[in-house]
Amino acid sequence: MAPLSLQLVNLLAAVLLLIAFAMLSQRRVLSLIRLFAWQGAALAASTIVVAHSMSQPHLYVSAVMTIVLKVLFLPWFLHRLIDRLNVRWDVETLINIPATMLVGIGLAIFAFALATPISEMASTVTRSTLGIALASVLLSFLMMIVRRKAVPQVIGFLAMENGLFFAATSATYGMPLVVEMGVALDVLVGAFVFGIFFFHIRETFDSLDIRHMEKLKQD
Amino acid sequence: MEIFWVLAIPLAGAGVLAFAGHRRWAGELNGAFSFATLAASAALVARVVSSGPLTAFDEQFFVDPFNVFLVALTALVAFTTALFSRPYMRIEQEHGRVSAARLRLYHAAYQLFTFTMLLSLLTNNVGILWVAMEGATLSTVLLVSLYRTPASLEAAWKYFILCGVGIAQALFGTILLYFAAEKVLGGGTTSLLWTHLYEVRGELEPTVLSLAFVFLLVGYGTKVGLVPLHNWLPDAHAEGPTPISAVLSGLLLNVALYAVVRSKVLVDGSLAANFSGALMMGFGLLSVVIAALFLSRQRDIKRMFAYSSVEHMGIITFAFGMGGAVAAFAGLLHMTVHSLTKSAIFFTVGHAAQKTGTQNMNDIRGLIEINPAIGWGLALGTLAILGVPPFGVFAAEFMILTTAMHEHSWATPFLLFALGVAFAAVFGKVQPMVFGETTAKRLPHPPALLPVFVHLALVLMLGLYIPPYLEQWYRQAAALIG
Repeated sequence: MAPLSLQLVNLLAAVLLLIAFAMLSQRRVLSLIRLFAWQGAALAASTIVVAHSMSQPHLYVSAVMTIVLKVLFLPWFLHRLIDRLNVRWDVETLINIPATMLVGIGLAIFAFALATPISEMASTVTRSTLGIALASVLLSFLMMIVRRKAVPQVIGFLAMENGLFFAATSATYGMPLVVEMGVALDVLVGAFVFGIFFFHIRETFDSLDIRHMEKLKQD
Repeated sequence: MEIFWVLAIPLAGAGVLAFAGHRRWAGELNGAFSFATLAASAALVARVVSSGPLTAFDEQFFVDPFNVFLVALTALVAFTTALFSRPYMRIEQEHGRVSAARLRLYHAAYQLFTFTMLLSLLTNNVGILWVAMEGATLSTVLLVSLYRTPASLEAAWKYFILCGVGIAQALFGTILLYFAAEKVLGGGTTSLLWTHLYEVRGELEPTVLSLAFVFLLVGYGTKVGLVPLHNWLPDAHAEGPTPISAVLSGLLLNVALYAVVRSKVLVDGSLAANFSGALMMGFGLLSVVIAALFLSRQRDIKRMFAYSSVEHMGIITFAFGMGGAVAAFAGLLHMTVHSLTKSAIFFTVGHAAQKTGTQNMNDIRGLIEINPAIGWGLALGTLAILGVPPFGVFAAEFMILTTAMHEHSWATPFLLFALGVAFAAVFGKVQPMVFGETTAKRLPHPPALLPVFVHLALVLMLGLYIPPYLEQWYRQAAALIG
């Protein structure tokens, strides 16, 4: 791989991680969706760079799927949903963003520590980014835990899928195409399912705040 | 070719029922599709019995002794549950709990769920297994919230998010697996096929595989309902329609465990120490003990039996974790009998709850008086699931316990304690529900109780006598796993 494209992939990986952190601290739903779209774009761009410089044609298909699904369709779909649900200005009062960020930094360090022994074994030139991929998966995971509203939780879920795709590209030049298509299909169906869900939750609870949904006991 | 039909029939059924699922005869149609799937699976079994393991469609699908028995079991339970669901859903409709549109969703998703279960079992591709498992969540999540009560929405959301997060871990595990396989097998579709992976399992990188197994265990373990990842399970079982509780317990948990065991076999070939087995034993034992302790605190009958499923899945995971031919044999037997018994229990529980209009165990009384079949079904099913001889669960648990005494004697007290606690808790609650003063009323449609007694008869038979061909089958599968 040419040093330039290697630098590009590393740059895009850094952008991906940065966006994961930004999502963790973002309080407005609309900005969150925008960030999610940008994350998809960074993912697609890095996939294209890898596809081009390593001549892996099937990665182009994966990149196109990412663009169509995660950069165009899902953000549009989420926009429509929150328009229809009228939660556009839903601002979430997060308890203590700095604390969450500190936990996030801890997670990122943990992810790098976990990925280092594997990265050393990787034959791919993009292996250094595996740690970043794992870190963004864990950060999205954290976001799902600390958020109290349904829409940010779902965005966290989708961002986690982004991180996983990035892991697949950086560690192995992408999974076999049939698997990637299957995963994309699941994401698409999942999007419709949670879309339907939002309306049900809204109808029943008159809010998308899942704090209302803590009636079921832990035992 | 049989594989094609096994998968095509439920998929076609989902398509047809998506349009016709609200008709008066939709229940019958659902049953007919499930029966056709069962017939196709029987043909597949006959084929495998006569000519041995096979792969199909460019090796994308495969059948070996391990998955063929689960395919048969899955198709059988899916069919009997469809029989049960016909009058059950009709009564629910008359009670005004489901509308026509929701009934259509229910029937289509039921077939789709059967399809994803069979696809998970039959696919040779580790990635497609993941896709199918996620598909199983997506097809059942709207069924859990079918009644649109606040509690059911909450349960479904929990199910969606927890299983989604869990299964994402499994995808990461799959990526790591592919990463390890790619170096040995080269890239491309073939390096994610179980059959190819098994051939080279000794050469795969152990560090990567051990990490991959942790992710796969946590991911699929969430769907198995292993403690501490079990939180979605009792809610999803309690709030959805009862046929869905029956297939979640009877099919989904088994198939998720199948994924874990397949991964274990692969990893064991590469790691010298019993790393995967120790992890599974730990998770299994924790699930058994915690679930047993939670049993006595339950008031909702479906919730209680959901915890009982967690407990049994823990026992089976523990058995597979111990490894060896006897434990694997017992694990497979336990998977079969648990699936049959638990779905039978849910059938009776469903009708009992309909009769009394509540799932609260304190309000269900005297079932045997108003409908002896339901009462006896619940009583016998409960005895069977608690491991009373001569039912099959006893045979399986006995084998697991004796193996544990020989090989891991430290674990036996925990197992015995948990089984004792579970017995006291469940029996103490079921006894007054079956006997005692009645509160029940008549149902507008006669319940389908044949599946209950067919299942219990099978479980009884497996406890007393395992037919030679079935035993042969278990042995082959156990040799493959152990």
